[in-house]
Amino acid sequence: MSPLIQGDGQPFGGGEYEPLVPGLILLLPLLGFLANGILALVHARASANAVREGGELDLGGRADRPSTHTWPTWIGPGVMGGAFFLTLVNFAGMFDAQLHEAVVISYWTWMATGTFAVEAAIQLDQLSMIMMMVVTGVGFLIHVFSVGYMRDDPGYPRYFAYLNLFVFFMLVLVMGASYPLMFVGWEGVGLCSYLLIGFWFGDREKSDAGKKAFIVNRIGDFGFLVAMFLLFVEFGTLDFVPIFEEAEALVYGGGLVTAITLFFFLGAAGKSAQMPLYVWLPDAMAGPTPVSALIHAATMVTAGVYLVARSSVLFALSPIGSATVACVGAITALFAATIALKQNDIKKVLAYSTVSQLGYMFVAVGVGAYAAGIFHLMTHAFFKALLFLGSGAVIHAMHEAYHQTHRQADPQDMRNMGGLRAHMPITWATMWIATLAIAGIWPFAGFFSKDEIIWQIAAFGGAEAAAFPILYTMVWVIALAAAVLTAFYMTRLMLMTFHGTNRTGEKESGYLNEAPATMWVPLAILAPLSLFGGWINVPEALQTSWAGLSGALPTTEWLHHWLEPITEQAHHIQEVNLGELGHTAPFGGGEVLWAFISTSAALLVVLAAVRVVGSEEIRDAASDESRLSGFGKLLLNKYYVDEIYDRFIVNTVRRKAEFFWKVVDVGIIDRFLNALGWVTKGVGWGVSMFQTGAVNTYAFVLTVGALIVLGLSVLT
Amino acid sequence: MQLDFTQPLDYWWALLPEIILCVFGMIVLIAGVTRSSLEEEDGDPSFSHGAHLGWLALVGVLLAGIANGWLYGVQEVGDTSMIAVDGFRLFANWIFLVAAALTILISFAYVHRQRLQAGEFYSLILLASAGMMFMGGARDLIVIFLGLEVMSIAVYALTAFNRHDRKSAEAGLKYFLLGAFSTGFFLYGIALVYGASGSTNITVIGSSVSEGLASPGLLSVAIALLVIGFGFKVSAVPFHMWTPDVYEGAPAPVTAFMSASVKAAGFVALLRVFLVAFDASYATWYPIMWWLAAITMVGANLMALVQSNVKRMLAYSSIAHGGYLLVAVTAANQSAAAGLLFYLLIYTLMNIGAFAVLIGVARHSEEHMRVEDYSGFGWSRPVLGVVLTIFLLSLAGFPGTGGFIGKIYLLQGAADAELWYLSVILVLTTLISYWYYLRVAWFMWMKDSEAQDQHDLVQAPLPMQLALLATVAFILYTGFFPGVTIDLVNDSVHGLGNISELVPGFME
Repeated sequence: MSPLIQGDGQPFGGGEYEPLVPGLILLLPLLGFLANGILALVHARASANAVREGGELDLGGRADRPSTHTWPTWIGPGVMGGAFFLTLVNFAGMFDAQLHEAVVISYWTWMATGTFAVEAAIQLDQLSMIMMMVVTGVGFLIHVFSVGYMRDDPGYPRYFAYLNLFVFFMLVLVMGASYPLMFVGWEGVGLCSYLLIGFWFGDREKSDAGKKAFIVNRIGDFGFLVAMFLLFVEFGTLDFVPIFEEAEALVYGGGLVTAITLFFFLGAAGKSAQMPLYVWLPDAMAGPTPVSALIHAATMVTAGVYLVARSSVLFALSPIGSATVACVGAITALFAATIALKQNDIKKVLAYSTVSQLGYMFVAVGVGAYAAGIFHLMTHAFFKALLFLGSGAVIHAMHEAYHQTHRQADPQDMRNMGGLRAHMPITWATMWIATLAIAGIWPFAGFFSKDEIIWQIAAFGGAEAAAFPILYTMVWVIALAAAVLTAFYMTRLMLMTFHGTNRTGEKESGYLNEAPATMWVPLAILAPLSLFGGWINVPEALQTSWAGLSGALPTTEWLHHWLEPITEQAHHIQEVNLGELGHTAPFGGGEVLWAFISTSAALLVVLAAVRVVGSEEIRDAASDESRLSGFGKLLLNKYYVDEIYDRFIVNTVRRKAEFFWKVVDVGIIDRFLNALGWVTKGVGWGVSMFQTGAVNTYAFVLTVGALIVLGLSVLT
Repeated sequence: MQLDFTQPLDYWWALLPEIILCVFGMIVLIAGVTRSSLEEEDGDPSFSHGAHLGWLALVGVLLAGIANGWLYGVQEVGDTSMIAVDGFRLFANWIFLVAAALTILISFAYVHRQRLQAGEFYSLILLASAGMMFMGGARDLIVIFLGLEVMSIAVYALTAFNRHDRKSAEAGLKYFLLGAFSTGFFLYGIALVYGASGSTNITVIGSSVSEGLASPGLLSVAIALLVIGFGFKVSAVPFHMWTPDVYEGAPAPVTAFMSASVKAAGFVALLRVFLVAFDASYATWYPIMWWLAAITMVGANLMALVQSNVKRMLAYSSIAHGGYLLVAVTAANQSAAAGLLFYLLIYTLMNIGAFAVLIGVARHSEEHMRVEDYSGFGWSRPVLGVVLTIFLLSLAGFPGTGGFIGKIYLLQGAADAELWYLSVILVLTTLISYWYYLRVAWFMWMKDSEAQDQHDLVQAPLPMQLALLATVAFILYTGFFPGVTIDLVNDSVHGLGNISELVPGFME
């Protein structure tokens, strides 16, 4: 491959940026997929043979596993490590160069028809670089974790094949230089998500969860496609660079740009589980827990946020589109947080928490704070991956304990846990760090990112010519309320899991052990990231106050400046049309004051939750007879949204489908076609009667034909 | 290098590929005599029992190919020479050479199993191919006739080649009798053309026809007779009667060769004669072509539906493909001519490929040709199963294969000529063809084997693997990236005389 470099990284200040084999970053996970895929096929054949011979493939002890089970251990995380290292090198190069224009590297023309051409091109800029760092970095850690978590699963090589493939598509999504390429990644990660949610497809419920995710995402994809068509009609191209250069020619707040942004947001809402398309994400927890960490918390579900940030110019041009993003985000954040209050399944709590945090990110990009949105995306990737992996470690231990005593009980139900702190100190400590981070307590990572979002809502709503100031005040209140709820349900999760008395069972508690090193080491790496990760982007106002220890903390507005080449155009549009942003919160008070209020509120809620939940008597799942009533029941049943969808959408569609299947298709079309087939065959049989095998018949037919042809030629 | 054909030596240069093939045909024949070919009982078919003669013949094909490539650098002066040196001929030569090479590759096992006289067998294939190349390059009706006879006689012999098989001898005799019958029409047609226009040179005929110098009454009868003669060679309905019996009776590699190359040669010569010589009397011949195309597509596809013998099914399928190609002849424009070349190439590859797998399944001679013999084939021989499935899909015209692009291209030509009815017939009959192609695939993948060891004896030795690999790769390549090949065929038809402008379609 000899890449053709266009717009070759204009040096801005520092040296020039020379990308170092960026194609290899993409290629490595793909190679990993191929290698693991072949191993998976070999393994599948071996186990099929074993089943045919009436047995089952015995994996044996850990030491003497077949090579199909030992190689993925090295290939899967290995390619990720390589990709992460290359990303780091490229990041360092870009960091040094401070380039101002995106580097677009085109490998070949993927498709060209008429005026439409799509290059297989990747775009390296500050935004894609941050995303690549998150995807490969967090991805690498989760791959390592998976070695410990999945090692005893019969589908181990298949698991790593899917996981590598996922990373490949995710990288295509964030590195692609045009919307079609992004869409390829977008669909690819959807496919991998489906495959991995239904990884244990023998279980009907789990394969159904995979299908649900797939189908709900299709609704969003429809939006993405329509938006692409509209863009192409307007600009005649779908490459990022030319579109954003010419985008300002669109009418501010015009119908076209509003339609484009709304359709894009429909796509984003599907992929990033926003109202009303969030229903698939909680069910997606049917997949292996590291998958939940990688796909359904840290990377794939944030693709929608990336899409909005990438298209920041378009969204800045559409106040209605942006307001929709912000409102849907805010409502989702609050709605999901309330559901999380009453869930008993540890992964369900985290799933709703993810939906809620994604809502925050959308609020951020909806109020034009694109850097803040990406900032929260990054810190969330750290602490939510840590929380999921921690819960994975817990489930792993619980599963092992029940396995040892052959007891049938739900290893994911928090009512069966309690007091795990004594058995799993590392998991306990690291998860508390993540909990404090997500709760938004100073100086953990989540504090800075969440606080900036809340502040930016206020600033945007208070702009000189703000479009819907009252609306943004409401969004701001909702965001604060959701932050408080977050602190509560996360503390509840920690208390039910790790504190109090153990409810696992007398025999079982003896088997509860800390996770192996491959699992706790990633936790230990993510913990400091969750703790200090927020320090890269402390706003100036906070830096000199107590929050930055009066400037003693090594903090800067680094990410904000780093992403400036991406966001400056959108900010410029904002400034021209909305005027200067506000400087106070809706009810008075400055940035520092509200930072103090929010962190102390969160801290108070944590302490309150410790009192409330700590004093409750929790029974294990089997003997828990407490029946919730009223609002609590509503929350436990997730507002019955799934039931409502079933009743009004799924069943209606199903009835229609059944009508078309049984009456129209089988009854009318099939019969007609069958009749047609028989008639056709009958004619064929009749014609072949002439084929007697006798030469004189043939010569006769030939002569008749010749006479007809001669006649035709003479007559015309 | 320039050839102005003032000296006989220029013809030597212009005919270099044909000459090389003929010379090698004789060398292989003589080399075969010196050695008794019945000595080895067993052994690897790729390297024993006359295999060296096969490899020698392949060397001849390769050298002819090099000469053909070299001719691209040669310029001819004028367009009235007896032999054309233009892109059309050279591209047609590629098709014949590829077909010859693939046929030789898939014959190794068959020749070995059936103890055929290897020297004569390969030599006849080379000589038949040389005859085809004469037909493709001829600018004179007499040269076409000579080429036609060289090819036909070699192919008659090949059809009857397997003396151990009564059906083979019967097929050879039938083919010979009916072939002689139709050659009469063809030769009579040439004579009348000469009578009408005073020349046998295609270019000269073309100019005298367009200037209105040729006698119209004689000419229309002559055209009709030539249509009949060509119609027999390309097995258009109703001149197809010999085809199923001969294709079924001939040794399988020969059937593959005939269904691909002989048909291609017929079409290439047909197109050149009708587009260059009879361009101006398009109105006379296109209704005939129109009807031939229509009934060939409909009739052949219907008859293929009811076949239960796979070899016979492929014979009817080959007639049906001839019908699709006749649509291109009827359209008679630039894109149709290019589409015809493209389709001939793809068809040659996929058809020979399908026959190669058939030979593998047939094992010893001509047994195991029923569709039931393919039950569970895909699962017990996955690679061969996938390969055959690809060929079948391509024959049916499934997207992602070269066959699909070829059909699209033919339809493009028909649409340019506004032949809407023919286009509709082409699409509908293609739909019918899905049934009989996919029936084999259905047996392969959806049925269980009749016996545990049913497919254990299926063999695909090294040369056949080479042929299969090359054909599958090219079919998928053109299916996904047709650009390069399309550019090549478009360039190739530029040299082809005066192709008609858009002519208002018939009956539409």
